[in-house]
Amino acid sequence: MIFLADFSVIRPEPGLFFWSVLIFLVFWFVVGKLAFKPIANALKERETSIQEALDKAKMAQEQMEKLNSENEKLLQSAREERGKILAEAKDMKNKIVGEAKDQAKLEANKIVAKAKAEIESEKEAVFADLKNKVGSMALVIAEQVLEKNLSSDASQIEYANSLVGKLNLN
Amino acid sequence: MQKSIRIILFFLVFGVLNLFGQHDEESRHQGQNNEVRSSEAAHEEHEVEEFNVKNTIFHHIGNQNVFSVGSFSFPLPTILYSPGQGWSVFSSGKFDIGHHGDGHNAIDGYVLSEGSVYRIADKDFDREGVKHVVKIERGQEMVDGKMKEVKYAYVEGQKYKLDARSTWDGGALGGGITSFYDFSITKNVIFMILTALLLFLLFKKIANDYVKNKGNAPKGVQSFFEPMIIFVRDEVAKPFIGEKYTKYLPYLLAIFFFILTLNLLGQIPFFGSVNTTGNLSVTLGLAVIAFFIVNISGRRNYWEHVFWMPGVPWWVKATILTPIEFLGLFIKPFTLTLRLFANITAGHMVVLVFLGLIFIFGKSGTDVGGSVVGTLTAFPLVMFMMTLEIIVAFIQAFVFTMLVASYIGAAVEEHH
Repeated sequence: MIFLADFSVIRPEPGLFFWSVLIFLVFWFVVGKLAFKPIANALKERETSIQEALDKAKMAQEQMEKLNSENEKLLQSAREERGKILAEAKDMKNKIVGEAKDQAKLEANKIVAKAKAEIESEKEAVFADLKNKVGSMALVIAEQVLEKNLSSDASQIEYANSLVGKLNLN
Repeated sequence: MQKSIRIILFFLVFGVLNLFGQHDEESRHQGQNNEVRSSEAAHEEHEVEEFNVKNTIFHHIGNQNVFSVGSFSFPLPTILYSPGQGWSVFSSGKFDIGHHGDGHNAIDGYVLSEGSVYRIADKDFDREGVKHVVKIERGQEMVDGKMKEVKYAYVEGQKYKLDARSTWDGGALGGGITSFYDFSITKNVIFMILTALLLFLLFKKIANDYVKNKGNAPKGVQSFFEPMIIFVRDEVAKPFIGEKYTKYLPYLLAIFFFILTLNLLGQIPFFGSVNTTGNLSVTLGLAVIAFFIVNISGRRNYWEHVFWMPGVPWWVKATILTPIEFLGLFIKPFTLTLRLFANITAGHMVVLVFLGLIFIFGKSGTDVGGSVVGTLTAFPLVMFMMTLEIIVAFIQAFVFTMLVASYIGAAVEEHH
């Protein structure tokens, strides 16, 4: 211990202890209140504002992305719609064309049938007319034949009568 | 790694000092033969005294009632109290400080020796007024079977014994409560006030900068200190204390910068060789404040862990755990006190021991060749130590702050 005999730093002195406690307490109180607290608050404020700005930027980006994807979706659906419309239009065209064709066929058939019927009736009329004409012609012929031969031969009269009978049957 | 280096250096220094101590003792025994001598002759011998490393070091790392830069001595206010005698307040310049910080005057029965105030023990001494002190001498005396160092003052042809300074070591380290208390504004007190003022101005300016620079990046001195402040907040306060850290952050910042600044001021050569954080009284004061902060913030959970640790058999608690935990309450501030004190004092002592080499090799200036060798040896060693000490200044400030934060963290922790 002898070498520590004058080692004053190792022996706590009441006076220096008193002053160090007092000075530090005052220092802590004053500097803590006037400097460290405002600094800590300012740092915290700045950090929260930076964080907020970052969050906002992130949110804006997310929104942008969302908008973009929505646009994309819209475009996609528009494309699909267009495709659909086009397909529908094609179908419609085909249908209309088909229907028109059918209609035309039907109409044509009708016309053809009508024409046929007309032709038939014309033919019949023509035949009837022809028959009448042939009958009258035969009559004329027969008259002329008869005028010449009727007086001479009774058998010829008979023959002319059978001919007339045959004409009526037709 | 660094800790082990420090331990080795510490023991090295104490070993060296021990050698000097023994050498001192021998010379004193030799001196006892020619005890009788006139005060004038003794004064002359004092002038050609051999260079004593031990005394020089203790003088430099100790606290003084005078602030000396180089050969100039600035007087400081001296505030003394003695029960029965009352208060004595005067400037230490009135001691007429001379060689080795010894005063030439005795004022109200107080004398100055090696920069510190002592009181004349003799009850018959007429304490009134200013008296001339011829010389102050060291001696040894048997007290309770132990050799104790005492000082004597020669005042007006008479030899008087001086009372030791009042200390709280209970006599274990050669001190004890004596007849007077020294509440002077000493060198260390001046440096603490200076540090407090300097830091106040600095951080007030920085706080203003934060208002002025609001919304902008920090500038100048503000940006220099911001990383340190953020370091204390994010690496010390937040991880150790948790959510409630904001309440303790000003204290942690205050203690960190206070210790750091005092540590660094102590490293400046020829600047009064101040050793404030290497003084046990100062570190004790800081640790006592920490002790009160920790225990006042203690929650129910904390006290439960101290006095009745949950989940441990009752007989373990009653016999071992509670006594240990209770002692731990006081051991924690005690280790804070010793750690800071020992680290800073050790650094100062090592530097002074290396510087002492110059005087030892040079035989106190009589051997120029020896001085050159001593200087060449001491210079790199001192440079190395001072570099190390700057690192230590930061580490110790950080360690003190971190440990206090961890104690506070344990105190405020809620049940988990």
